[in-house]
Formats: sequence, structure tokens, C-alpha cells
Amino acid sequence: MKEKIRIASGQGFWGDLLDAPVRQVEGGPIDYLMLDYLAEVTMSIMQKQRARDPQAGYARDFIPLMRQILPACVERNIRVTANAGGVNVEGCAEAVRVVARELGLNGKFQIGIVTGDDIMPRIDELLERGVELRNMDTGEPLAAVREQIQSANVYLGAWPMVEALNRGAQIVITGRATDTGLTLAPIIHEFGWGENDWDRLAAGTIAGHIIECGAQASGGNCQYDWRNIPDLANVGFPIAEAYADGTFFITKHEGTGGRVNVPAIREQLLYEMGDPHAYITPDCIADFTTIHLEDAGENRVRVFGIKGRAATDTLKVSISYSAGFKAVGTLVYSWPDAYEKARAADKILRARLERLGLQFDQILTEFVGANATHGPLAGEPSPDLAEVQLRVGVRGQDRKAIERFTKEIAPLILTGPPGVTGFAGGRPKVEEIVAYWPALIPKTEITPRVEVSEA
Amino acid sequence: MRIQLTKLAHARSGDKGDTANIGLIALKDEYYPLLVREVTASRVKEHFRGICKGEVERFELPNLSALNFLLHESLGGGGTLSLMTDAQGKTFSTALLRMYIDVADDVAQTLGLNQ
Repeated sequence: MKEKIRIASGQGFWGDLLDAPVRQVEGGPIDYLMLDYLAEVTMSIMQKQRARDPQAGYARDFIPLMRQILPACVERNIRVTANAGGVNVEGCAEAVRVVARELGLNGKFQIGIVTGDDIMPRIDELLERGVELRNMDTGEPLAAVREQIQSANVYLGAWPMVEALNRGAQIVITGRATDTGLTLAPIIHEFGWGENDWDRLAAGTIAGHIIECGAQASGGNCQYDWRNIPDLANVGFPIAEAYADGTFFITKHEGTGGRVNVPAIREQLLYEMGDPHAYITPDCIADFTTIHLEDAGENRVRVFGIKGRAATDTLKVSISYSAGFKAVGTLVYSWPDAYEKARAADKILRARLERLGLQFDQILTEFVGANATHGPLAGEPSPDLAEVQLRVGVRGQDRKAIERFTKEIAPLILTGPPGVTGFAGGRPKVEEIVAYWPALIPKTEITPRVEVSEA
Repeated sequence: MRIQLTKLAHARSGDKGDTANIGLIALKDEYYPLLVREVTASRVKEHFRGICKGEVERFELPNLSALNFLLHESLGGGGTLSLMTDAQGKTFSTALLRMYIDVADDVAQTLGLNQ
């Protein structure tokens, strides 16, 4: 057993810095690379892609990345955990195999895949049996949106990935797995932690929580002393250095920018936090009020003392459903009286929409530069503002009404208040809204599947 | 004296559905008791009137010298349903830092806040 392992975060979300994982592999010693690709509604996008093309439905960026880093990973035995499989885990694994053959690495490593998270084909059967999949926020039963459902995936935890690693997988590809599991699984695998090691499982989970948002733990989006955070252009993504007793350090590669210190880690710990006493994952309940942090040298923070409790008997389900359409139109009004002009334009626009008899579930007007982010807390806008962006959004069930709205923005330039510009981008686009429906399902309903095979 | 939270704390915020969370962290551990006493759930609810339409919950994390607030019904439906510029509640952190709290003059002096 190794004394410690280093798990590097390579992506904070699908669309993060493309070269970050490459820099993690090349910038210094690591044992594992974890890559989080799935946001809440990513699965529905992938479901649509797969409906058009049976080969698609996974994080495509993962494949060129593998082409770049596979040789180094195989040579230095760096193992990868990635939820890049989306709704087509097998397709993703096959694409990696093709890359391996092209690089002459076929037969030199094992690929593990974790499936069983997709419950879309079972929805009707589950509902019929009384598994209501009520919305965790609103309490509504899923039957209310049955016809609009686009995808339904259970968040699987660390254990199926642990099995894949135990069976020798170097690259582990999952569908909807928890972000924290991607980090926790390698630690469990290396140190042989048990399923009831609640304190240590909580520690590994918190290590995952800290690094799962990429550079947000190493100086990115950090308020504390932000002006003096060095060289964010060259920001180093975080690395969790984990020990068998559950202690870990957060650090980053030498020679990279950004900053890892206690205030930065505190900020990230509180990100998207609910009840800190009960951070619930499939693997355990972690208690964030037991975390101890200590600066342990430059760009190095020690994390210790973490307590956890037994996992619950449910898994979270991420369901996506169509919820109508929306569009957002913007125009920019300049000094003098920019805010007053933007408000006048909004009034005119709303009067026209009303005259057209268009029905929306919601119309929202914001004045960017005056109060879009802080609302009334920003105070009364100064008449001397250099410019204000009028930003009007509408949403509703009738696509035609939303489309009609998009044609009412540009006319304001010649038929509304003066000093206006900013329509170069053309008409706003109508977007289909794919909304998120969180629910719980008994663990007994779900059987994860793990396959490991030679690349 | 009245002191703005920008002088006492830093913060990070995010979303969970239609709920925004704000982690408020004391810039120095000595400031934490002030935050606990003054930045109550009801004061935060009052601060965010017109923005937060639901309840405000507060949790204490003395180990991190931090408070966590949940502001329910604050994000225009949340996620992809929201039409807001800040549908993810990322700027609620700085919006909270606009708050002023009362600090007794002697306490302010002890903490070096009266300069």
C-alpha cells in the first residue's frame, strides 16, 4: 500500500479549461486524474445527441483529451476516473479503444465502465409500482410531467468505481456518478477502506467536494485577497494528497499560478452547501462542521478531523423534462439618463407585447449596469451611468409567442428612446427549456454494473 | 459604530434549484462571534427583501469561522427555468456583504476595526 496518493482535478465542469487535465498530467507527480463532465442538465443534452446519432451521447471532449494524455497515463500508471460516459458509456469506452489502437496502446491497459444509472427505460414500471419520484423541492409526483421527461439517471457513488479499479481498470468511465465519488473511489481502492468506515469515507468525500470544481479551490473565483492571487492565467488546478487515516492535503503543482490557502478552501467548502451537518452522498453523510483546516506550507492546506455517518438507503435521481421555451433580448442605452431610457424602452416593449395578446408564464426585466445582480440592494441608479443594458427575458409554453417576442426587440431602436445600440448579434434565439427534477429512489431498486476489459 | 460586512467577511454563493446558498466567512477568526450575533437569519431575510421570497435558514460552522445561509425561492425558479442574469446565485455573496452591522465601540477597538 502506498503511503499517500495524489488525485488531481482536471475539469470543474463540461467546458472548463481544455488544457487543465493535460497540465495536471505533465506538471508534476500525480497518481489519479478525476474529471467531472456532468452538470445537472447535461444528461438531457446527451440524450438528444444520442437520439440523433446512436454513437453519440457522451462528453466528446474526453476523446481528444485521451489522445493527448493516454501515453503518459499508461507509461506512468496514472489512473483516470471520469463521468464522461453520459448516456452512452459503452460508446465512450469504444471511442477510447479506437484512440488506444491509433496510439499503439491497445492491450496495454484496461478500461472499466460503470452503468446502471440510467432508469429512463424503467420510469413507467417504477411509477406503476408506486415509486413516485416526487420532486425533492416541490413535493410534486413525477407523474405530473411524465410526458415531458427526457432523461432519468441515478447518481451512483464511489463503490462501483472502486470495483472497476480493484479489477485493474486504468481508465474508469461512468455515466451519472457523483462528483465526489470520482475522488473518493481511488482513495478507497488504494487504502482498502470498508463500507462502514464512515469517518474516512466522509473525509474522502470532502476531498472530492473541494477539488470537484477545479480551480475554484486554488484561487479562481476567490474573494479573499483576490487582487494578490498570483498568475491566474497559469492557474494550477487543485490536487488532493490523501493518506490512509483519512487526513488529506490540498495543493497544486509547483510553478503554477493561483493560490491554495485556508481562506480559499473555506470558500470552496461552503460552495453549494445545504445543511453542513448532513452532506448526503450515496456513500456516507459527511459533517462539514467537523472539518479542520491548517496551512501546511506554501500552497498547501492540511484537512483533518472529519466525522461522518452511515449513508442513507436512497439514491438521488436526476430527471430532466421539457418545460417550455424562453428567450432573452438585450439592448444598450448610453449616457445621459441611460437607466431612465432603458426603463422607458421596457415600458414600450411591454405595451406592445400586451397589444399583441402574447401570453407568457413570466416576463423579467433587468437593467445590467444598474441592478441586475443586486436588485434593490444596489440603490437608485445614478443618472450619470455611462450605459445600461436593458435585458428582457420571457418564458412560456407557446413557442410561437416566444418567437414573436424575439421580433419586438430590434424595432425598439428606431421606435423607442434615443441613445440605443447593441443589436449586432441579431434576433434573440428561442431556447427549449430542459428543467431539472431531483428525486429520491430506494437503493434496492438500483443495481450498478461494472465491466472491465482490455483496451 | 456601523461596519459593513466587506470589512469583516468574505463569501461564496451558489445554487440548489430555486434556493441560493451563501457561505459567509470571517476574515479573521476573532470576527466570527460578531457575525453569529449580528447576521441572523431574520436580518438576512430583511436585507434580501424583494429578492428572497421564501424563508432564510442559517447554519453555524464555528470550525471554519463561517455561517451558511439558505435563501429559499430566490432564483426565479432556479436552473434553466430562471430568466435571471444570475440564475445560479453567484453574486448573492457580494450582495450580502453590502450589509452593515452594529459593533460596540470598545469591541471595535479591541478588534482593531476602528481605524
